[in-house]
Amino acid sequence: MSVGTRWSVRGIVRATLPVLVALTALELASGLVLGTIQATLLEYPSLLVLVPVTIGTAGNLGSILAARLSTAFHLGTLRFGRDDTLVGNAVATIGLAATVFPIVGAGAWGLTAATGETGLPVSTVVIVSLASGLLLAGLAIAVSIAATYAAYRLGLDPDDVVIPVVTNVCDVLGVLVLFGVVQMVV
Amino acid sequence: MTIREVAIGAYREALPILAVSAAGGLFAGLVLGGMDAELREIEGLLVLVPALLATRGNVYGSLGARLGSALHQGLIEPRITLGNERLRAAAAAAVASGLLVSTLAAIMAFALLLALGRPVAPVWMLVGVALISGLIGGGVLVTMVVTVVLVGYRRGLNPDTLAGPVVTTTGDVIGMATLLVAARIVLAVGGG
Repeated sequence: MSVGTRWSVRGIVRATLPVLVALTALELASGLVLGTIQATLLEYPSLLVLVPVTIGTAGNLGSILAARLSTAFHLGTLRFGRDDTLVGNAVATIGLAATVFPIVGAGAWGLTAATGETGLPVSTVVIVSLASGLLLAGLAIAVSIAATYAAYRLGLDPDDVVIPVVTNVCDVLGVLVLFGVVQMVV
Repeated sequence: MTIREVAIGAYREALPILAVSAAGGLFAGLVLGGMDAELREIEGLLVLVPALLATRGNVYGSLGARLGSALHQGLIEPRITLGNERLRAAAAAAVASGLLVSTLAAIMAFALLLALGRPVAPVWMLVGVALISGLIGGGVLVTMVVTVVLVGYRRGLNPDTLAGPVVTTTGDVIGMATLLVAARIVLAVGGG
């Protein structure tokens, strides 16, 4: 904890603000991408429903993997390269994405259908969600490993830097991937 | 451990958390899906959505982590009272930086859209939405994080594993719900 044991409002705000502002700038970039497909999203509400859950799940996949890699790194059970811990966690991340994203797609379609017009068949929404999810899982793995490795090389504690960076980068990638998949499929 | 064992262990551990937070995310999406009128009227609001949601997660996630570490170190008592000075400072700092960063995000989004020549609502509307949703959402999330972390700790749960999922799940839902309320208030005031 960088502010130590003397907690003041000013001290805490000063310690956290630079990172928060940098991450906000990053998130605005993904907002701009969302803005460019606003017309498509408003036309097909089931895709709009997918936005927060895709961003959130991508960020969660990245942060869970990063947290596990950080812990393995602290325990000394992680070696970069062909390593069982590394590969096992990567496989689990793909498996998690393959499980959660089709359900999320069907859920987004179902919730939209229950409240109004979906504009798209359920299969399209599930395909958009699954394709985005699998791509995101691959990207989350690459980002988490790269960030953990960079923290290790720079002598930083992976717990402090890797998780916020990975979570927010995965948020942004979530929007970018969703944008790409929507452009291709819809 | 073999690759298979590592993978199965990691999968089983993460699936419940991921599923609960995905359910939360779907409800946040439902709110966003129902906001199409507000999104059309306040141009640039959609651009702001990821930044505002992420700010909630970042600010209140770090509040949860801070309280968790402080409980482990014995820096704060696991009791919710206004006399708890460190607790008060941490909560006030979280709400203050949340408001500061949200306002900054609104101004940056406005400037970016203006510079790109895209249509954008007046800056006071975007700042108004950011401030109102930051204030209401901040109040709710501070109460929730402090209560869950402190009560959880008293019941023998590890605040480190508790705070993250609580914040990611409730942050999105509460963030979107307060965004809708704030957008409606701003549109009512602006006569939109």
